[in-house]
Amino acid sequence: MNAVPREWHRYTSGQRLARFTFYFFIVAAVVASARTVEIIPEFLYDAPEQMKDLLTRMWPPEFRYYPDGIHDALIETIHIASLGTLLSIFIALPFGLLAARNLTPSPTLNYLAKLVLVSSRSVNSLVWALLFVGIFGPGALAGTLAIAFRSVGFVGKLVGEALEETPRGPIEALEAAGASTGQRVWYGYWPQIRPAFWSIVLLRWDINVRESAVLGLVGAGGIGMAMQAAIDLFQWERVAMILLSIFIIVIVAEIAVTALRKRIL
Amino acid sequence: MNVPAPRPFRVSTGARVGFLLLALYAFYAASQLDFTWDRFITGLDNGARFIGRMFPPNFSNWELLIKGLVESLQIAVLASLGGILISLPVSLLASRNLMPSWATWPARALIAVCRSLHPVIVAIFFVKAVGFGALAGILALVVASIGFIGKLFTEAIEEISLKQVEAVRATGASFANVILFGVLPQVFSRFVGFATYQTDSNLRSSTMVGIVGAGGIGGTLFAAFQRFDYDFVCAILLSIIALIMVGEMLANLIRAVFVEGLGFGSRDGKRPAPAVPSAAKEFD
Repeated sequence: MNAVPREWHRYTSGQRLARFTFYFFIVAAVVASARTVEIIPEFLYDAPEQMKDLLTRMWPPEFRYYPDGIHDALIETIHIASLGTLLSIFIALPFGLLAARNLTPSPTLNYLAKLVLVSSRSVNSLVWALLFVGIFGPGALAGTLAIAFRSVGFVGKLVGEALEETPRGPIEALEAAGASTGQRVWYGYWPQIRPAFWSIVLLRWDINVRESAVLGLVGAGGIGMAMQAAIDLFQWERVAMILLSIFIIVIVAEIAVTALRKRIL
Repeated sequence: MNVPAPRPFRVSTGARVGFLLLALYAFYAASQLDFTWDRFITGLDNGARFIGRMFPPNFSNWELLIKGLVESLQIAVLASLGGILISLPVSLLASRNLMPSWATWPARALIAVCRSLHPVIVAIFFVKAVGFGALAGILALVVASIGFIGKLFTEAIEEISLKQVEAVRATGASFANVILFGVLPQVFSRFVGFATYQTDSNLRSSTMVGIVGAGGIGGTLFAAFQRFDYDFVCAILLSIIALIMVGEMLANLIRAVFVEGLGFGSRDGKRPAPAVPSAAKEFD
């Protein structure tokens, strides 16, 4: 019989050792970064002045600019976000199906699909936009493809995880009835992941509205291009107006997504 | 009366109309954005040439590459630290179950503002305020982190059980002790989950803020693009992907140690994992 320990510890000594190892590495990383990062202190002294200068130049926002400079670009931004999301669904679903271990019983295929999804997510949408601007030239096409390729990793990964979490019961019942793979996916998996799927898509659309607003900074269409032009010309009142419009559209998108989620789920 | 039973799994009329509208919208938007087949085909030609020039990746400029990656890492580490340190008090202030409404409203407004601005836009401002370089990137990502983990921390704190808080309070504990022993132990593992997630996400973003001049590998990448150095671009992209994959593995390991109780030695001491931080899983 084991003696009852005199002192109670929440974690075993091995667990505590693992935790302290991590604490140590985190502190080491922070100290190393803080000591070596290049910061030019001279720039810091006049930071408040610079900020004040910027804000006074931005006030008041140029409301008159909205009808001729911003409205169309804003609509274009929303089109880029929506089309990019739609396109990403079609590319992401096959990879999501391949990445789910219970649906595709081949570790090699799972691994390859996951590699594709991770690569898609690792490259930021701005970097994707740079690539597509190089290929298709500046404009909304590059932006839409950038949004789509960045979203593939997000949608595919989450759909794959949702598929892996589906209960086995209905699937086994279909298998016992002799259903083909297609029938199993359509009648067994799809109804179970449908709510999760729509909420993933809506969430991604919400994120894409935010992201497509800055894609124009590298020339990929939308309101970012108007912003880049205004910044280059130091028209800070226009920049303020553009930022205000982005802010409003982001909030409207968030409200719309919340309302739609409530109806769908 | 013999009403035929509806076919099971029939797609409802509402869903059909919805899909039709979605398809119509897609065509409308595509025509608005001036997508044409010709353009796509010309683009594919360009794309083939582009990819031809990207391979083989050119690592000969590796010193510049390493310098950029290290700076990105520094930005990510310091921004995560700053973001987490600021988010903790802000989210305590923002939780409705602990604080009166005069404290929660300003804190919630701060989180909402930080959340709705894209890190690149914030970075533009900080580049103006503190000049080019890593500091602008760090500050921009601190703002982004407050917006994101501040919200998740707040939600986690609002979901705690108040019984333990009351028990601690009943012993005559001070406010700080109530927070330390009543609240934090309940949310610690979720906090670790969110914090590692945010660090991971900051690492991704830190490769991007350089495009507007806020330090890190993004600046190197953008410069290489503008010089049409596509083989160097490919080398940079491959290193970014590798860096982020390593980061993701580390994040998983941290979660295993802090959330699931993985330790050195015996594995049977593993306790059941607490509810996976679902909100953190929702965002990739």
